[in-house]
Amino acid sequence: MKLKLPNPGLDDRIPSHGDLEKMEKEEAGDRPKWDNKAQYLLTCVGFCVGLGNVWRFPYLCQSHGGGAFMIPFLILLVLEGIPLLHLEFAIGQRLRKGSVGVWRSISPYLTGVGIASMLVSFLVGMYYNTIMAWIIWYLFNSFQDPLPWSQCPLNANRTGLVEECARSSTVDYFWYRETLNTSTAIDEAGGLQWWMVLSLVAAWILLYVCCIRGIETTGKAVYITSTLPYLVLTIFLIRGLTLKGSIDGIKFLFTPDINELMNPSTWLDAGAQVFYSFSVAFGGLISFSSYNSIHNNCEQDAVLISIINGCTSVYSATVIYSIIGFRATQKFDDCLGDNIWKLMNAFDYPENNITDSNYNEVLAHLNQTNPEIIQGLELQTCDLQSFLSQGVEGTGLAFIVFTEAIIKMPFSPLWAVLFFVMLFCLGLSTMFGSIEGVVVPLQDLRLLPRTWPKEVFCGLTCLISLALGLIFTLRSGNYWLALFDNFAGSIPLLVIGFCEMFAVIYIYGIDRFNKDIEFMIGHKPNIFWQVTWRVVSPLIMIFILIFYFVTQISKSLTYLVWDQESENFPTLEARPYPSWIYVMIFILAGVPSLAIPVFALFKFIQNKCCKKDHNDYTVDTISAKIQMSDKIKL
Amino acid sequence: MLEKILILLCLSSALAEQPCKPDASDGYKVRLSIKTALGDEAYVWNENEMFLFRATLAFAMRSHLNGQEFDVSNIIVCDETPRVTFWFVVTSPLNTSGLVDKGVVEEAIRMSRNRINSAFLLTDKTLEFIGITPTLTAPVNPDTPPWLIVFGVVMGAVGAGIIVVLVSPLVLKKRKKNEETDEDEEETGVKAVENGSTREGVYNMSFSDDERLTQM
Repeated sequence: MKLKLPNPGLDDRIPSHGDLEKMEKEEAGDRPKWDNKAQYLLTCVGFCVGLGNVWRFPYLCQSHGGGAFMIPFLILLVLEGIPLLHLEFAIGQRLRKGSVGVWRSISPYLTGVGIASMLVSFLVGMYYNTIMAWIIWYLFNSFQDPLPWSQCPLNANRTGLVEECARSSTVDYFWYRETLNTSTAIDEAGGLQWWMVLSLVAAWILLYVCCIRGIETTGKAVYITSTLPYLVLTIFLIRGLTLKGSIDGIKFLFTPDINELMNPSTWLDAGAQVFYSFSVAFGGLISFSSYNSIHNNCEQDAVLISIINGCTSVYSATVIYSIIGFRATQKFDDCLGDNIWKLMNAFDYPENNITDSNYNEVLAHLNQTNPEIIQGLELQTCDLQSFLSQGVEGTGLAFIVFTEAIIKMPFSPLWAVLFFVMLFCLGLSTMFGSIEGVVVPLQDLRLLPRTWPKEVFCGLTCLISLALGLIFTLRSGNYWLALFDNFAGSIPLLVIGFCEMFAVIYIYGIDRFNKDIEFMIGHKPNIFWQVTWRVVSPLIMIFILIFYFVTQISKSLTYLVWDQESENFPTLEARPYPSWIYVMIFILAGVPSLAIPVFALFKFIQNKCCKKDHNDYTVDTISAKIQMSDKIKL
Repeated sequence: MLEKILILLCLSSALAEQPCKPDASDGYKVRLSIKTALGDEAYVWNENEMFLFRATLAFAMRSHLNGQEFDVSNIIVCDETPRVTFWFVVTSPLNTSGLVDKGVVEEAIRMSRNRINSAFLLTDKTLEFIGITPTLTAPVNPDTPPWLIVFGVVMGAVGAGIIVVLVSPLVLKKRKKNEETDEDEEETGVKAVENGSTREGVYNMSFSDDERLTQM
């Protein structure tokens, strides 16, 4: 498809190949640079590998047919993830600017894409750092034995446990009551929770100290934040494999169910996971590549980082499910032990008469002889499969299921500290990219005086995000976060991603782009890249966007609530959103997406009405009119 | 005569056994789960263990009701099962046919629960007195929550880090400035000497033509 939209004046806005060579030799120095290639790779890996790899991918894998999910995941990784990544790396390296700068250089009408990226980075950064605040809270609380989420507190007259805790579980209680102090609806704001505010302040200050001078400081921090998670995952794998029941968990994760491949939502989820997992369309990756030297091999980098990202997802899924298998086996054993205890006491059998192996026969026998007594005992059905599939993703996995598994392991505080340090590092390295995606466009837009040092830009961003993020420290903060997660970080990203691809291929021009890449890495991109960039990846993104849109619109908007009075307590209850939420949803999803056309229109109108002024800018000088010739005529 | 004595004895023994029966109003059911608690090191429940139980209970009654001398014979046990559960009642030492009130027995057991448990190497869960709920141990609540301490340490370190990062370039700049002013002073001094011998200069090529004659 040789479609190319007209784009006058492009050569004036971008540095030519000759300019780039000169800049490379002279090292024109106001743009920061990476100290070495390892820093760049670690930063990109850290940005891509985040909490989603640990708590979203394992759930998707297990719920969409286990091993069979690898097929759509890998196919879409190759067809959608790698081309997008290569595109962002190449365009950033070529045009040597942050996201707003790059899109403005390609065409002033496209500035909206950069602004949309900045808005999305800002909104996502706001709620992502709140999750970091929760992780910090749990981390600080892990330095005690016994862990605070292993015990229920006593009620007022010390006759028993607090009712909410007794009905649910110690980990649920610690998460919903002592951490979030959650209210029962999103309208019930409650007040600010001071311990959460402190944790949020800690999270933003920690982020600020790492980002304070851009890649100068983050480049040093990523040596630790990008490598530590792999170390901790390995430690947990070794620990997990020595625990009882871990193999059941891994088997459960990877048992393939080929029928799931027929289900379109499997492919949709795989595509969405690949897209979000690569952190494209935030603008951070474009920024990071723009600090590279001009002849850096971005093709190799893109493939390498995609492979690392995919492998990390699979590796962390293995680790998570080995621990989940352990927890499920423990719960199953406890459940069975409880039932055996009740039977023993009711029928006065000597101990060890009923064991795990003959439990079923004994129960069947007793059910025939004394059915009324059995009814009265209220025995629970113990099913290992149901314990394994206690659907765990997101914050539920980290703060409820995994913490429960940890308290059953010996030396719990050690494992808790390791786990939350790992989550913290994963999230922090992702936040570096978010902050880069906000601060660099702010500098490019020149909204604030240029003489202000980078520390001030960074500090202002962190301060404003902290102030607005206080909404997540209210009692209803958890519901607000789920809202942000569902709407701010989903549809706008898909729209921006699609626009990026379209802009580079059809407005910048695929021919020019091919020549640029040939100039940068030495050979023209091969047929795989041509096909995926021009046709396959945009189509996939459009599909995912449309499906996402349709599913969101068609289902009635509900959210899950922790309500003691609900019938299914402790299961979360689905409640419909109040009507004013739709305004918020529009702001979160609509404003960034609409920034693209609105800005294009704005520029169009600006050009039309100010066209006359443009002609006045050319100055007529006398010397321009004189022709200089070789021989001076006397 | 002998028959009368026999009958009286039988009657009295029957009367003596009657106070202890399942669901006695002043009795308690006890359940022991030795194998659950001790696993392989479990001891076998026999007459001697039962004697120890009765003695421990008598000790508990003595500790609670100071003065009354309870003896092993005051603790009457019945209805043993292979599960190791049984009922017991406590008779008063002052009046062998009268039973001690349920409430008093409960208080005595609560007071000495720990000692009774440890005599048998069991816990509240594995040595159960049905009807007497164990007093729950409150979870440990330190005065300063430990997380605040960790928070303070981390924030202190980070604050120091921020100050160092912000101040160090200013310090470097100042140091550089000081060095530069020193160099300037040295240079002006040196230059004064050098200006005296300016025979040598750098020949500037730009003012010389390639050709000595300009073309007309």
